[in-house]
Amino acid sequence: MTPVQRRRLVWVLLVLLAGGLATSLVAFALQRNIAYLYTPSEVLRGDPGPRSNFRLGGMVVKGSFQRAEGSLDAHFVVTDGDATLPVSTSRILPDMFAEGTAVVASGRLENGCFIADEVLAKHDENYVPKEVADKMGKAHIKHDVPVPAVEAP
Amino acid sequence: MLPELGQILLLCALLAALLQAVLPLWGAQSQRGAWMAVARPAAFAQLALIAGAFVLLTVAFVQQDFSVRYVAENSNSLLPLAYRYSAVWGAHEGSLLLWVLVLALWGGAVAMFSGRLPDIVRARVLGVMGIISLGFIAFLFFTSNPFARLLPAPLEGRDLNPLLQDPGLIIHPPMLYIGYVGFAVPFAFAIAALLDGHVDARWLRWTRPWTNVAWGFLTLGIALGSWWAYYELGWGGWWFWDPVENASFMPWLAGAALIHSQAVTEKRGSFARWTLLLAIAAFALSLLGAFLVRSGVLTSVHSFAADPARGAFILVFLGLVVGAALLLYALRAGALSPDDPRRGFMATSRETLLLANNLLLASACAMVLLGTLYPLLADALGLGKVSVGPPYFGTLFLLLMAPLVLLLPFGPLVNWQRDQASKRLALLAPWAGLALLLGVLAWFMAPQGKLKAAAGVAAAAWVALGTARFIWTRLRGNGRFNAEMVGMLLAHTGVAVFLVGALLVEALNVQREVALSPGQRIDIGRYAVQFEGVDHQQGPNYVSDRAHVRVFAGEREIALLHPEKRAYASGGQVMTEAGIHARVQGDVYVALGEPLGNNAWAVRVHIKPFVRWVWFGALLMALGGFVTAADRRFRRFQE
Repeated sequence: MTPVQRRRLVWVLLVLLAGGLATSLVAFALQRNIAYLYTPSEVLRGDPGPRSNFRLGGMVVKGSFQRAEGSLDAHFVVTDGDATLPVSTSRILPDMFAEGTAVVASGRLENGCFIADEVLAKHDENYVPKEVADKMGKAHIKHDVPVPAVEAP
Repeated sequence: MLPELGQILLLCALLAALLQAVLPLWGAQSQRGAWMAVARPAAFAQLALIAGAFVLLTVAFVQQDFSVRYVAENSNSLLPLAYRYSAVWGAHEGSLLLWVLVLALWGGAVAMFSGRLPDIVRARVLGVMGIISLGFIAFLFFTSNPFARLLPAPLEGRDLNPLLQDPGLIIHPPMLYIGYVGFAVPFAFAIAALLDGHVDARWLRWTRPWTNVAWGFLTLGIALGSWWAYYELGWGGWWFWDPVENASFMPWLAGAALIHSQAVTEKRGSFARWTLLLAIAAFALSLLGAFLVRSGVLTSVHSFAADPARGAFILVFLGLVVGAALLLYALRAGALSPDDPRRGFMATSRETLLLANNLLLASACAMVLLGTLYPLLADALGLGKVSVGPPYFGTLFLLLMAPLVLLLPFGPLVNWQRDQASKRLALLAPWAGLALLLGVLAWFMAPQGKLKAAAGVAAAAWVALGTARFIWTRLRGNGRFNAEMVGMLLAHTGVAVFLVGALLVEALNVQREVALSPGQRIDIGRYAVQFEGVDHQQGPNYVSDRAHVRVFAGEREIALLHPEKRAYASGGQVMTEAGIHARVQGDVYVALGEPLGNNAWAVRVHIKPFVRWVWFGALLMALGGFVTAADRRFRRFQE
C-alpha cells in the first residue's frame, strides 16, 4: 500500500468505527428510553409484561377522583370502556385535568394500582391525544360511549 | 368586503409567485435576459400583495369582524387590543399567512440586495424562492383560507387560545419564522449553484450573511419559545425535547453546521459539496418542522389542530421540493469543479476541526430526527404506541456535544491547512488547567449534583478562557478584529454562558411540590417560602386566583410573589402564571397547582440557579450571527 492508500484506509476504518459506535449508542439509548402506551384492559391482560415503566392512557371515570383534604395525594380511576385501573399520584395535576376527560399517566404498576410520576391531560377543551383516541376508538364504538372529537370542529 | 379583497390579493400573489417561479428559471436555462429580468419585479409584487393581505386580516381582527371564520375562532370582544394584533398568527391559517409573508420578505430582500450577483444566478435564486412561495401560497389559498366567511356571523368570537395571550408569544412566532424561512435563501443558492455546475467563492461570500441572519433569528425564536415555556407552562423547565421544539431545533443544528462549513468553503474552497448538501438539509428540516407541527401526526403540547388533508399537502410539497433538490444534487454534485488540490489540508488544521464540528452537529441533528420520528416509525411498523423520553435526547446530546466543547477553543487558534498540534496544545494547556481548577472548586462548593456542577463550570470556563486566549493572541498581533471575528467571539462566548446556565441549573435545581395552608412556611435550598393565601382578581377577559407568597433568604424577606391561576371567560380554560423572583445568580419560581380545600393549595416551588444564563447565552449566539453578517467583506464582490 502506498502511504496515501494507507491513510485513506485509516480514515475509512475510523469513520466505520465512529458510525458503528454511534449506531449502537443510539439503539441502546432508544431501547432504554421509549415508553409504551397501554390502556387499562391491555394492562390487565398483561401486555406491558416485565416493563417496569410505561404510560397509561384513558378517561378519568366520573366520580372517581378522591383527595385527602390538605394533601397532594390523589386517587382516581382510568377506563378505556372495557376495563378500569386505579391510579394514585402525589404530583400536582395539570390545569386541564378533570373527571370525564382523557389523561396519559406515566409510571409503574404496584399491587394492581398504577403509581403515576407524571399525569398529562389534554391541553384544550377539544383535544384528546391522538394516540389515546386511536387506542380507545374501538372500545368506544363497542360500548357506545360518545367519542370526544380529536380536533376542534 | 375587505376579506374578499384579501382573498383576491392572495390569488394575485399566487400568480406573481407563479411568474417568479417559471420565467426566471426558464430564462436562465435558455439565456433569455428579458425573462430573467421578471424575477425582481415579481418578487416585489408578491411581497406587496402578501403584505396587503396580511394588513387586511389584521384589520379584520382589530375591527372584530366575526363574519370571518378565522377571526371568530380566534378572537373575542373582550380580547385586549395588543393580543388582537398577535391573534393574527394565533392559529393555523394566520400563522401560515405570516409564514408566507416572511418568505415574501426574504424574497424581496434578496431581490433588493442581489445587485452584484450575475443576472443568471440572481434569476435562479429568485426562481427557486418563487417555487417555494408558490407551494406555500397554494397551500394557504386552497386548504387554509384565512378569509373564509362564517355566515351567519356569530355575535361573539371563541377567543384566542389563552396560552397565546402573553407578550412572549407576540414575537416568538415571527422570530422563529424569519429563521425557518430564511434557510430558503442558502437553499435557493445551492440549487442555483447545482444548476450552474460550479460553486463560486464570490457567490458563497454573498450567501453567508443571509445564512447567519436566518440562523440568528432562529436562535432568538427558539430562545423566546423556551423562555415562554418556562414562565407560562408552570412546570419550571426550559426545554422538554417535545416534538415541536425538536422541529425547530433540527434546522438550528443543521444551520449551525452550515455557518461553519460555508466559512470553510468560502475561504478555502474545501467542503463545497458538503456545504451545498447542508444548505439543502437545513431547509428540508425547516419544511419537515412545518409538516410535523401542522399535520398533528405527533402528540405534542403545542401542535395545531390536526387535519390530515393539510398534512398530506405539506408532505407532498416536502417530497417534491426535497426530492427534486436531492435528485439534482445526485446528478450534478459529481460534476462540480473539484476541490483545488493545492488547498488540501493535514490532520492538524482548522479544516479538520471544522470538519469535526460539522460531523458532531450533523450527528446531533440526525439523533434528534431519529428520536422525534421514532414514534411514527414504531406506529407504522406495528410496534405499538411509544414515546421517546427526554433521557434519550439528553444523554446522547451530551455525549455528542462534549467533544465539540472540548475542541471549540482550538478552532480559531489553529491555522488553516497545517499546524503543529503540540504548539497549540501548549498554548491552551494553562487555560485548560485553570478551567479544571475552577471545576474542582465548583465540586467542593456545590451542595448537590457535584459532578454535574463541576463539569458545567469546567466546560464553561474552558470555552470562555479559550475564547479569551484567542482575543489575547489577536491583541498581541496586529490588534485588528473584523466583524466576522467579533461575531464568532460573541457566539462562542454565548456557548460558554449557555453552558453555565444549562449545566448548573441541571445540577443545582431544587424543586418541591407541597400542599400549603395560609401562613405555612417551607424551607427550600437557601431560601424559605411562606404562603399567605389566595384572593380573587378580575382581569380583562379572565378571573384569577392570585396568591401572595413571601420569599425569604435567611430571615430577610427578599420578594413578594404573585403566582396566579387564571380562568378565561370564554371556554373556561385554566392557565398558570408563575411568580418568579429573577436574579442573575438564579430564580425562585413559584407556581400554583390546584386548591386542596380549606384554603390550602398545591404549590410548586423551584430554585433555579443560573437559569437566565441559558437565554442570555442564546442571545449572545444570535448577536454573533448578526454581527458576522454585517462584515464589510461580504459586501465586496471582487476577490
